[in-house]
Amino acid sequence: MIPVEYYLVLSAFMFTTGVIGVLIRRNAIVLFMSIELMLNSANLTFVTFASFLGDSAGQVFIFFVMTVAAAEAAVGLAIMIALFRNKQTLNADEVNVLKW
Amino acid sequence: MVINTIFNSFHLIGPEIAVALLLLAVVIFDLAFPKNKKFLPWLTITGIIVAGFLTVKQYSLESGFVFESGNTQGLIVIDNFAFFFKLLILGVSLLIILFSVSSEELKNCYDRAGEYYTLITGMILGMFFMVSTVDLITLYISIELVSFSSYVLAGFIKKSKRSSEAGLKYIIYGAVASGIMLFGISLVFGYTGTTNFYQINHIVVHSLSPDFLLSLAFILIFVGFGYKISAVPFHFWTPDVYEGAPTTITAYLSVASKAAGFALLIRFVKIIFFTGIDENGYWILSKAFNWSYLLIIISVLTMTVGNFAALWQNNVKRMLAYSSIAHAGYMLAALTMLSEQGLLAIVVYFVVYGLTNLGAFYIVLLIHNKTGSEEIDDYDGLGYQMPLMGVAMTILLVSLTGLPPTAGFIGKLYVFISILDAPHYTLAVIVALNSVVSLYYYVRIIKHLYLNNPKVEREFTFPVTQTILVLVLTIPVIILGLYFGPLLEMGKVSLRMFGF
Repeated sequence: MIPVEYYLVLSAFMFTTGVIGVLIRRNAIVLFMSIELMLNSANLTFVTFASFLGDSAGQVFIFFVMTVAAAEAAVGLAIMIALFRNKQTLNADEVNVLKW
Repeated sequence: MVINTIFNSFHLIGPEIAVALLLLAVVIFDLAFPKNKKFLPWLTITGIIVAGFLTVKQYSLESGFVFESGNTQGLIVIDNFAFFFKLLILGVSLLIILFSVSSEELKNCYDRAGEYYTLITGMILGMFFMVSTVDLITLYISIELVSFSSYVLAGFIKKSKRSSEAGLKYIIYGAVASGIMLFGISLVFGYTGTTNFYQINHIVVHSLSPDFLLSLAFILIFVGFGYKISAVPFHFWTPDVYEGAPTTITAYLSVASKAAGFALLIRFVKIIFFTGIDENGYWILSKAFNWSYLLIIISVLTMTVGNFAALWQNNVKRMLAYSSIAHAGYMLAALTMLSEQGLLAIVVYFVVYGLTNLGAFYIVLLIHNKTGSEEIDDYDGLGYQMPLMGVAMTILLVSLTGLPPTAGFIGKLYVFISILDAPHYTLAVIVALNSVVSLYYYVRIIKHLYLNNPKVEREFTFPVTQTILVLVLTIPVIILGLYFGPLLEMGKVSLRMFGF
């Protein structure tokens, strides 16, 4: 059996990748991909602990998280389309009408 | 039987069921009668009044868990604390819908009015669950329910560059914050093996020293709360979203969603870490994580950054956004005391701040209707051209500063009492200095209203309904500043949380 630490290290790595992606990438769609990576790393942690502790609450949580992630993608893409119609760009650096 | 416990819980979530039915009713009405969109706000108001009636009926109810079955404890609780915040949220929502009726900005999206009221109802539902949740699952879902509705509402005016930009910035910051919070929740679940606050409390109580993994997890969860209450350093979305979103939504976010965030934070800290209460009313918290340090640092940062950034703003909505960050800092300062006195200060402050901030945003909205601008230079001389609005705005801004004889003074007084009672003189001095700084930018608006000469000679007239709404918001601000006994009584009653 693979020790539980392996899963946790993998999920921590995924989470870090997601955070770094949010910080350094500028395209709004890539930002959303990075956010999905963060959510999925949390899912991996949940399922690891649920299986390790023998408690199904963690697996129940994952279904909620997946639903939320899908809704988030839908809302996010809708807002991106609205913005793209106004500005013809999805680059976060060029979205700068509002500042300081 | 599980099914029986679910049926037995139904009478406890009457208000939530009413709001959910209202949501469906608005959608169906919008689809069935596309020509009668002007009735939508009144339908929503009726539903909110029904929900308010059901909430008031819960007041005398014995508090307890909802959806409790067998050995698992419930997902949400009914108690006086939730009762207070539910009424606050309903009151704010009612006013916001009345604001929306008189907003010119929203008239451009008249064909999508159904979506607007549906999403506001969705936010109410989410906030109801936020203020009463005692489980990590409902915590996450309710925060997301509020957030998704507010993302769409912030970007509601699709044709406006500012609005859709606000929507995009809001969803990116919000999704990152909730992703970080979710990772924290997963660590807490792994550490304690449960998602219920009371059961987590049983495990956390026994730790005698700060635990690295648990502290990390709670800091990650705090990111989610900090984003909801716009605490520094998670505040970057606030000014952009507040400026770009429709003014009604800005007012809504600045009061209702912040109140729900605070209620959730208070309940989270109190239930999970509570081990006892000393004779002076201070909570003895578990040593697993030192909330006091974290909250003091965050609160000082929040009020200082909020106040100093507001000094340079030329857009009134953006200035009020920074001012709302500063107000979150004052309320966090009261929370850092971790006492019943501090909680009372927060509850009183929310009533006062809610009234005042809604009033200020409403006048900004009315001025925008007439002049089409929110820039402070366009406010020159408006105090003479619209005398009533000028006087009302002055009263509201004095109240936001926290000077007597307005309600803002009472709110700030109780924050100071809770801090000096501890006693924590350094923090009290920082709060006092911050209030002095805030005086500058609030008075700057008053100066533009009265001391600068108007650019064009104009006369403005407002419909009677709008005038009455402004008076309804302004007169209580003065009355509560002079006669605040009932407010305190109500605050004291609403501190009681389930399990204490």
